[in-house]
Amino acid sequence: MAAPRQRIHDPARRSAVDAVGLPRRPLPGLDPAWSRVVLAPDAEGLTRRWHVLDNGPLLARAEGEVQGTVLAVHGNPTWSYLWRRILDQAPTGWRVIAVDQLGMGWSERTESPRTLAQRVADLSSLTERLGVSGPVVTLAHDWGGPISLGWALRHRDQLAGVVLTNTAVHQPVEHAAPAVIRLARAPMLLARVCRSTPAFVRGTTALSVPPLPREVRDAFAAPYTTADRRSAVADFVRDIPFEPDHPSRAALDEIAAGTATLDVPALLLWGPRDPVFSERYLEDLLRRLPHADVQRYPGASHLVLEDRPEGVGVIWGWLEDLLDDAAPGAPEHPSAARASGARVPIRVDTSRPEDVAVVELGSSGGTAAAPRRVTFGELDTRVDALARGLAARGVRPGDRVAVLVPPGVDLTTVVYAVWRLGAVVVIADAGLGLGRLGAALAGARPAHVIGIDRALALAALTRVPGARLRVGGDALDELVADGARTGTALPTDLPEDADGAVLFTSGATGPPKGVVYTRRGLAAQVALLRDTFGFGPGERFVAAFAPFALYGPALGLPSAVPDMDVTAPHTLTAAALADAVAAVDATMVFAAPAALRNVVATADDLTPAQRQVLAGPRLVLSAGAPVPAELLRAVRAILTGAQTQTPYGMTEALPVATHDPTTPGRDDDRGGVCVGRPVPGVEVGIAVLDDAGVPAEELGTAPGAVGEIVVRGPHVKDRYDRQWAAQRGSARPAGWHRTGDVGHLDDEGRLWVEGRLAHVLTTADGPVTPYPVEDRVRELPGLADAAVVGVGPGGAELVVLVLVPEERGGLLARVRGAAPGSGALAPPDLAGRVRAVAGVPVAAVLVRDWLPVDVRHASKVDRAALADWADGILHGRGGRTVTGWVTGRSRRAPRTRSR
Amino acid sequence: MTTRPGRVLVTGASGMLGGAVADLLADRGWDVTVMQRRTAGGRHREVLGDIRDGEAVSRAVSGQDAVAHLAAKVDVVGSWRDFVDVNVRGTRRVIEALRAQGGGRLVQVSSPSVAHTGRSLVGAGAGPASPMRARGHYARTKAAAELFALEADDGALASTAIRPHLVWGPGDTQLVGRIAERARQGRLALVGAGTVLVDTTYVDNAAEAIAAALERIEHARGQALVVTNGEPRPIGELVAGICHAVGAPAPRLHLPSPLAWTLGAAVEGVVAAAQALPGLPPITQPPMTRFLAEQLSSAHWFDQRHTRETLDWAPRVGIDEGLERLAAAAGT
Repeated sequence: MAAPRQRIHDPARRSAVDAVGLPRRPLPGLDPAWSRVVLAPDAEGLTRRWHVLDNGPLLARAEGEVQGTVLAVHGNPTWSYLWRRILDQAPTGWRVIAVDQLGMGWSERTESPRTLAQRVADLSSLTERLGVSGPVVTLAHDWGGPISLGWALRHRDQLAGVVLTNTAVHQPVEHAAPAVIRLARAPMLLARVCRSTPAFVRGTTALSVPPLPREVRDAFAAPYTTADRRSAVADFVRDIPFEPDHPSRAALDEIAAGTATLDVPALLLWGPRDPVFSERYLEDLLRRLPHADVQRYPGASHLVLEDRPEGVGVIWGWLEDLLDDAAPGAPEHPSAARASGARVPIRVDTSRPEDVAVVELGSSGGTAAAPRRVTFGELDTRVDALARGLAARGVRPGDRVAVLVPPGVDLTTVVYAVWRLGAVVVIADAGLGLGRLGAALAGARPAHVIGIDRALALAALTRVPGARLRVGGDALDELVADGARTGTALPTDLPEDADGAVLFTSGATGPPKGVVYTRRGLAAQVALLRDTFGFGPGERFVAAFAPFALYGPALGLPSAVPDMDVTAPHTLTAAALADAVAAVDATMVFAAPAALRNVVATADDLTPAQRQVLAGPRLVLSAGAPVPAELLRAVRAILTGAQTQTPYGMTEALPVATHDPTTPGRDDDRGGVCVGRPVPGVEVGIAVLDDAGVPAEELGTAPGAVGEIVVRGPHVKDRYDRQWAAQRGSARPAGWHRTGDVGHLDDEGRLWVEGRLAHVLTTADGPVTPYPVEDRVRELPGLADAAVVGVGPGGAELVVLVLVPEERGGLLARVRGAAPGSGALAPPDLAGRVRAVAGVPVAAVLVRDWLPVDVRHASKVDRAALADWADGILHGRGGRTVTGWVTGRSRRAPRTRSR
Repeated sequence: MTTRPGRVLVTGASGMLGGAVADLLADRGWDVTVMQRRTAGGRHREVLGDIRDGEAVSRAVSGQDAVAHLAAKVDVVGSWRDFVDVNVRGTRRVIEALRAQGGGRLVQVSSPSVAHTGRSLVGAGAGPASPMRARGHYARTKAAAELFALEADDGALASTAIRPHLVWGPGDTQLVGRIAERARQGRLALVGAGTVLVDTTYVDNAAEAIAAALERIEHARGQALVVTNGEPRPIGELVAGICHAVGAPAPRLHLPSPLAWTLGAAVEGVVAAAQALPGLPPITQPPMTRFLAEQLSSAHWFDQRHTRETLDWAPRVGIDEGLERLAAAAGT
């Protein structure tokens, strides 16, 4: 051993130290019936006493057939207790064997330290003695990872899959070892931290987020009560081969290399807040197992299955799929079904190189007086040069590149250059807020970050990994110039099913989820947009809405970026819009609803000439939130020649349907928001809700049937990034995407959205969707706003209407002295009128001065907060404290606007 | 499984709910006998007697296929001994009488208060009756009575407990009567902000649920089932609706609930003291008791799905229609 030996073995004390088998006192979550002591020879042939948790005997007694075995290997300094939930939730037919490694847990203490190679041999000998037959999936944590993989490599014929949680198989010599472990290995400290004190044993379970219950932490520490019982804990740390000449180095390198040859299904579950096994090790494993499914739990730490017990269900779900997929007649891989459909390659269209591709008005590029212009030919040359420049800086095909550049010519150039290289664009919406934006980017693990200075500072702050490439000031031009000089070859044949982009959704709750598009999916999306809205030669557009603006060059459509802060839609003025229309003689305008609202508000400032210009465009496209028909009518009073369209879709699938709310359409019996017919090439199915509000597995299209909206098309996301469970939940049936919206199709095939699935009330009379009820109530005069929330337990929820009467609106109410958000019962006559029109039984009608809106969408009612408030009012959290509680909680600025 | 109507005894038929149950069962073809202390001269065969009189109970039960047992002491004040004699022993006398004649069916009409420990009940089921933890003499003795009734369920005797919550309707002297009277005296206080959700039961719905329990005893036996309209409303709205229906002024004063609770406790103390003094007339209606304060300041509403499924019953008269009927009966 390279490290100094400090442990003194005293055989005389062995029996006292070496209690094998589970103690009698109960440990939380652990069924003693799983526990057994097994005798098996170790690597040297000496018989050892092992303690294992094994449901095999129970299965045998029940005469159950074993379809598969999970071999679970803990790390240091835990024991098989780590896998208690795996045993507890084991589905029929699965045997789970969770071992206590020799010297660890309740297994025998050995006279001398075990090396990695010995431990692999020990384990192999044990499984032979246990009579493990049939398919085996290994499951491991921490330093159990290399041991389990070592076993896997020696049992390839039996191996059906590998599951790894926060572990590593490779410790590059050139890389610094994890600081915590380096510290613990310092010769002076090792004995103290690991052996003579319980610091390491206790510290491991203290890392958990949220903290583990005391009894669970005690259970983890139970086998390691004395220094002698902790010997192997110190030995284990010493056996980590940091040094090139370490005795276990060769064994680890062999396992690391072997892992890359494993072609069985693999699942990696990761808690990224691990001070030892940081995401660097996840990256390393993914390089070796590129086909692995990944479930990453943002915020979770080292003991990922303790921090996220739901991960146990995820593992079992994955294992069940494994057996199903192995069965004959398994469904084909979803991407195979998506190969069809028109595609527009994601590269600059150079069929008319002399034409202007992008005109940038305003501060970011040029000025209104001297706007920046770039032709398709120039853009293509620039993209090509930048791609070479990026390649020279180490950007490789398949690398993830976070792009933090404001919309405009530069962003367009960078994105097309990344695509030109075959690399993957990672884009997160600034609207996520800085914290969530940083977390999103860090979670995507980009290899490179391209950004302006401000963005790179944010990336540093939020610990986004990856090499930095500055494009602020002249830096981009220098990169382009470098690229133009170098003769770096660019890849020619880029596989269509390779990843093309990772986009971050605007999930209102929880951490943002990365949505992965393949290059094929992106190309299909461009084609769908073209075909849906009739983008043809001779069209030109104003891009005040970033997502679509990016596709102009691929479609060969000239575009103008107006003088505005594109990340803040409400900064678009009518005059700026007119100037942008004039700059390219635009036929179309893409703008977010907030931008259009400001255009309407500033229309009085237009000059007659600008008014004339605005009569030109034929189409106004607005997306991002439901757009009220009144707003679009007001827009059409300014853009007098334009039709209006509001596409419906989400980050995972856009567009799904499109609709012109200003055209009079037949109303529907059920109500909700009409989003139009599905666009050609996109299928919509409804997963009908049952009485408990749960959507069915199978899809239907029966008119009027209410359920989750499920879509399929060539442009649907490939997957959620490193969120295997979310992906599995959303892609049902295979190839479809569950949107999380509920609604119905009418008898003309139009789709109506009735709210979010998460906001469906489950009442005793069945599910109630919010939008239709709100729409009916809004018809009453004198209301500024209305929202439906549920109170009470699921299945017996009561419908509560929260109203903002016009006379209670914001300022007026405060002048009169009402506390912001103070609530009270609606007057009996108003409550009566609401009940008369609501169409469902209404338990209570409450009034407020404003409705809370969620952080992400300044336009969507925060129904969770509102339901919480109503619950406090109606369930008597109460009486004496109602007023104080409400005012104490509602510090957020009053804002009124719904959905 | 419903069964052919037979002979049924309804106790406590002089009350609003008992009367409604007797009428409804007769309408459904049951041969109804009522037991009460003084003759009411109604349409049903009468056995005069007191539930505290074992012999009278035996006489009334004899020959009956079923008993709907509603007789109870429901006052908010009174001696513990009286409550036990009427509510607990009364139920046991009925059970013994049924046993003596070989069994039959028993619908024990109980109250959600037997399982209510004073906390808010939000979408609750029928918790177990608890004589130890229920609040007040009425609820405690009804809890014990319910336990005896459910325990009696066996091969020969089929029993169930139906717990209607806050029954009201035309002719109601309890909830409606008190609210109306106090509102007219200007003494009606709405506790807290009056926003807590409270379930109530319109009398016809409660009667139908009791009849359904009798007829579907095979499904309901051995269980306690809470019965309500399934339309929880904010208490303030409900009280205002009742006042409006009976032509009384709407309540104005809002007492914060801890204050109301203290007042209730004080009043109970005064009443108890007054009753202890010989020579003074008994006070039966104090303005506010702790029990009532709790009832009016904490949410209590129930998940009715199990009840409706078990009884194959759903309320037919909604609260708004009930208020209209109340107004019609009051001639307002």
